[in-house]
Amino acid sequence: MAFDPDNYGLRLFVRYLVLCLIALIFIFPLVFMINSSFKPDNQLLADTSSLRAFLPVGDISLDNYFGAFRRAPVALFVLNSVLVTGATVLLSLLICSLAAFSFAFLRWKGRDVVLSIVIATLIIPFETIAIPLLLLVSKLPWIGLEGLQWGWLNTYRVQIIPWIADGLTIFLFVQYFKGLPGELIEAGRVEGASWWQVYYRIVMPLSGPVLATAAILKFLVMYNQYLWPLIVVQQENYRPIMVGLGYFFQLNVAWGEVMAYLTLITVPVLIFYLFLQRAFIASIASTGVKG
Amino acid sequence: MASKLTLSNRTGWTFALPGFALIFTFIVLPFFFAIGLSLTNQRLLSPNPTQFVGLENYRQLLGFAVVTLEPERDEAGEVVRDEAGEIQYPRLRAITRSDDYPQYRGMREWFRWQSGENVMVVIARDVVFMKALVNTFLFVLVVAPVQGGLALMLALLINQKLRGISIFRTIYFMPVVVSIVVVSLLWRFIYDGQNGLLNSILQGLSFGLFQPVDWLGDPSTALPAIMAMSIWQAVGFHMVIWLAGLQTISPTLYEAAAIEGASKWQTFRYVTWPGLRNTAVLVLVVITMQGFALFAQIDVMTNGGPRDSTQTLVFQAVERGYGKQDISGGSTISVILFAIVLAISLIQRWLTRER
Repeated sequence: MAFDPDNYGLRLFVRYLVLCLIALIFIFPLVFMINSSFKPDNQLLADTSSLRAFLPVGDISLDNYFGAFRRAPVALFVLNSVLVTGATVLLSLLICSLAAFSFAFLRWKGRDVVLSIVIATLIIPFETIAIPLLLLVSKLPWIGLEGLQWGWLNTYRVQIIPWIADGLTIFLFVQYFKGLPGELIEAGRVEGASWWQVYYRIVMPLSGPVLATAAILKFLVMYNQYLWPLIVVQQENYRPIMVGLGYFFQLNVAWGEVMAYLTLITVPVLIFYLFLQRAFIASIASTGVKG
Repeated sequence: MASKLTLSNRTGWTFALPGFALIFTFIVLPFFFAIGLSLTNQRLLSPNPTQFVGLENYRQLLGFAVVTLEPERDEAGEVVRDEAGEIQYPRLRAITRSDDYPQYRGMREWFRWQSGENVMVVIARDVVFMKALVNTFLFVLVVAPVQGGLALMLALLINQKLRGISIFRTIYFMPVVVSIVVVSLLWRFIYDGQNGLLNSILQGLSFGLFQPVDWLGDPSTALPAIMAMSIWQAVGFHMVIWLAGLQTISPTLYEAAAIEGASKWQTFRYVTWPGLRNTAVLVLVVITMQGFALFAQIDVMTNGGPRDSTQTLVFQAVERGYGKQDISGGSTISVILFAIVLAISLIQRWLTRER
């Protein structure tokens, strides 16, 4: 018979076939993006009516990449995003882990109230506070090299500071710290170490997994920022990559250059993900603890 | 002297203060700010001083009414019909602009339906907001079960013991790490009406029988198209959460089920599913929160169109609060959005509470 349900080899084949077909559904837009980035506009648009859209065929060149750099300050946008993302991730790891250390190991007046406020913020979606936050940051003071200034719009700080601390990151650290053996901390204290020393000599060296989780989650949020920089940054000098995309849609749209730009900002993240995929997936899975 | 080890008010506050101060300033404060602003007429740049207006903003957004239009009749009391035999009705303006009905003044038609000889018209003070509200609910009502269900199926598929299975897990998860802005732009090519990839594929599969559709340009397909793309983008995220849940189920339960001779379905129904209860709540809550925050897809793909068929609450909040500098209007939508999210997460928790 053609189909024997007990045929192990055939069943295995069908399973892999299903898995591969599903994989195609997830991968085809990215394949299209990368291949299109090497094609001139007229060919790119013509190819979408056939399988050629997914193949690097025809007039292949790097022209779109050069074109993208000519059309927009691509390097500046990438630099802005890297700067904002890097600064926020580092500051977030430091400040959130310090707060979590205090919640997990120290006893102080008001601790439980403060911790419940922090946890309660988990149910406030950023989108619901974006508009009042815009009004707030437009009036905040700042003391910089030029003295006292009012208003944070069009700066790096407006993209960094509001994103440093969040309930989820602190919560992840607290959960992890509570799982560490308490004797280690007590031993450190008995030997006369200050709390600061306990934090960076004992706890931090044991916190590799949670630091990776928190860093990856924050990285994904920050690198892909869109709504917030869209409303607080009008000046080109401070624009991150996703908002910089708007540059390609002024006047006539050159789709090849758009694809080149998209490839340029996406492929590094994909490579990063492929190398660290276990850590990426573990970090998403660990947000599941919050239920 | 145990207290010496643990009670430390000064250090405790010092360590927690930077984080707490930031959360307080940039999350808690704007949250209460939103509530306060929604009771005023604040604009970003306005020559007029800000005034307290009470619940006026909410009345403006949420006000709606149902009015009945009776057919036009001639002197003899007969229903007037046009040449095609269609019943003639008075214009809606006769009501919304009439001094007889001051409560309907300024309202516009939202939708209507026929009821016998009469026509019932739902009029609203802010039709665009009403459409945004309905679209957002529709989006969540469709995406939450479909995305959650597909993610569970993928998780069960990936949970098999097969050589190379982690490669598939890596691929299914891949769209999650790609920015939603990038994804939305790529899908504009897929949904294009002329020679979009989706039309090409459907025409190829149907041997040319399929008529091309302008997926994002047609009010009846635009929102479903955005739903499908959003499901595609984040389904891997929820697959991973389901997987984490699946791995907490003790293997001995499966062994017991196998010894009892349970079928695949029975094993799922009586072993797997009960073990996933908490995960199910989490997945639903997270999808609901993400769904109500729908913005980037709309901003990149449709701008709320065609004919307001893809307006959403966040898109409207941003368009008013930022685009039109109407801070109080945007804040009011934000507060309504938060109230909905809070209510739904409470309902979801209650429905799936421990029994």
